[in-house]
Amino acid sequence: MLRTTAAVVAGKAARAASRLRGGGSALPGLVAEKVDPGFLAHALADVRGGILVVTGTNGKTTTTKMLVAVLRAHGRTVFTNPTGSNFTRGVISSMLGELPLRGRLVADMAVLELDEAHALKFVAAVKPTHALLLNVARDQLDRFAEIDHTAQLLASLAEQTTSGVVLNLDDSFVSRIRDRVAPGVGVHYFGVDASIADRLPELQEQDVRFEDDFVPPTAGPDDGLLKPSDERSFEVLFGDGAPGSGTVGPLELQQRGLAAMINATAATATARMLLGDAFDPDRAASALRAVTPPFGRGEVVDVDGQPLELVLVKNPAGFTVALGTYGTTPVATMVAINDNYADGRDVSWLYDVSFESLRDRGVAVTSGVRGYDMALRLQYDDVAVERVEPDLETALDAFLAAHPSEPKRIFCTYTAMMALRRVLAARYDLPDIGEEAS
Amino acid sequence: MTIQPPPGAVPTDPTPGPTDAPASAAHAGESAAYPQDVFIPGEPTDSAVVPEGDRVGKGAIHLVHLYPREMSIYGDLGNTRALAARIRRHGYSPVVHQHHPGSAFPETVHLVLGGGGQDSGQVRVEEDLEQIADRLRGLAAEGTPMLMICGMYQLFGNAFITVEGKRLPGLGILDVTTQGNAKRMIGPVVLDTEFGDVVGYENHSGSTTLGSGQAAFGTVKSGFGNNGTDQTEGARTGNVFGSYLHGPILPANPALADALIGLAAERATGRPFEPVAQDDAFADEARTRQVRRLVKR
Repeated sequence: MLRTTAAVVAGKAARAASRLRGGGSALPGLVAEKVDPGFLAHALADVRGGILVVTGTNGKTTTTKMLVAVLRAHGRTVFTNPTGSNFTRGVISSMLGELPLRGRLVADMAVLELDEAHALKFVAAVKPTHALLLNVARDQLDRFAEIDHTAQLLASLAEQTTSGVVLNLDDSFVSRIRDRVAPGVGVHYFGVDASIADRLPELQEQDVRFEDDFVPPTAGPDDGLLKPSDERSFEVLFGDGAPGSGTVGPLELQQRGLAAMINATAATATARMLLGDAFDPDRAASALRAVTPPFGRGEVVDVDGQPLELVLVKNPAGFTVALGTYGTTPVATMVAINDNYADGRDVSWLYDVSFESLRDRGVAVTSGVRGYDMALRLQYDDVAVERVEPDLETALDAFLAAHPSEPKRIFCTYTAMMALRRVLAARYDLPDIGEEAS
Repeated sequence: MTIQPPPGAVPTDPTPGPTDAPASAAHAGESAAYPQDVFIPGEPTDSAVVPEGDRVGKGAIHLVHLYPREMSIYGDLGNTRALAARIRRHGYSPVVHQHHPGSAFPETVHLVLGGGGQDSGQVRVEEDLEQIADRLRGLAAEGTPMLMICGMYQLFGNAFITVEGKRLPGLGILDVTTQGNAKRMIGPVVLDTEFGDVVGYENHSGSTTLGSGQAAFGTVKSGFGNNGTDQTEGARTGNVFGSYLHGPILPANPALADALIGLAAERATGRPFEPVAQDDAFADEARTRQVRRLVKR
């Protein structure tokens, strides 16, 4: 107990120090973990209503935010880690702000977004009661090397989950995991209704494995299926969708696109599993309607009276979805590609995306360390590029100056987005990164 | 794990998973000439159709991409895309064939491409590769230009020795042998080659050794290369090039792309290559920036 208190004190001090310096979300967690290796297990010991891990390649941050909103709308106190801090130490760091000195978190539930590899580090310290496994796609192959390996990480997480898992019905890398859970652990699914199944290839990888005695699961009465009614509004169907089945909606999200709707479906199916009979479709719908996009996921900044959208892109599936979502309303466009570790150091994936939807308007500026590689990629798709400016701030200035009185959009990789957002935050009124999800 | 019989012309299995079924429909099926083909971002849907009459230009050049579904995980389809686009810009007509496991190998072939894959993809193509091995060896011996990246580079060698010591034979077109490794060689690469500086990105656990007398593709200026020790990268025999470089390699290194196209054009038309001047300013800037970043002087 003394050791934990010491860890909390040391961690809180490091957190205060790093916040004064304006950065470093992992350092305080590192300090606390060093002083007390059992910190995480101890901190979560009093959380009785469920410890849920959200992981997968795409949509972790958005889905976590939606799920937390739905649970809180049902009166539950929920601990969660803010946007993007999805490594174990980032989770500890974010806990430090809420922990009393005795080091035990006071909350009904914990919903933690974890990076695929770090999810297993977390599991080594604390066995989650529940897991939501979103999808497997090519992302940062530097780190995970191969899709099969990522799928194994998720399966291993599911094996160590003690009460229930929610799997993606339509991603066979993920739905296969149903055969890996421990006896007695419940398996639920989220997916899309047959009416929009033809749009799935926009969103996910093909499974080229061929030991196909695997028969894909079909949805049962407790599994949520996305059914869009038009471009913007949708329902999450349970069972036959009749009154009393728990069907949520119709509703409209603040974030656009099919990917966001699928995230909402995953969040809804998971909330229903966690809340059981207490789940209220109307509360769920109103909570989902109110969720604002996490930063960089379609976040809109007001720049001198005109909207500037920041769209994070990090893998072929994500970029393709982003272009499909936003391509319907062409606006002045900038693309910023960095190749730091957090971006994925290999930019080959840009050749797995088709940029033809940008052809009509062209691209005003490409930027980032690999700004010329992006311009080259666009040239191969016959998309005109007005200017290449590797320096992000210079490029942003040029972009804003060239298109002052119209809506604008920037597609950017992770570190490019962080840098651009820092510049924008200094000039315009933006919530701090890492604050808005807490 | 059992290898299933080759799936035939349309490689969707009888009980397609939800991921497999709609893929061909949305990406290739409706308008493409060959419904089993994968979508090559940017390529016109009639890319596999042989042009007629005055649409041929200076001549039709037939490209074959080997196993695009199983062996193109790191953007290697971008090589095929870049070649097809440049062939058009040079005034010729590309015909892009995709060779899938179990399907018939095209009759007319002027240029062959292959990429990298996951282990599961590699296993899936082995049986078919055996079926077309003689054809590929024949084409290589005749001087057909070929570019094999990463996994397909390894399969074009003599053998791949797994970490457990199991020997998996390759095509033996390139005199190289690859040893499986626990450690991956990952990162950006700069090579010195006969085409000048070549940049790309490597990501492989196999460590490749050249046979005595086997020429390398390039010399490593930055990165690991074949094995991280002897400064060699890739291999070249006749007009067959093997390399670990993704990136994909061709867009940022147009001199290599045009060399392959030139060889293919001569084979296709029986005349010397008649190139058109290209605007490679973006490619040159992208490449020289990588060289400046990575090569310490």
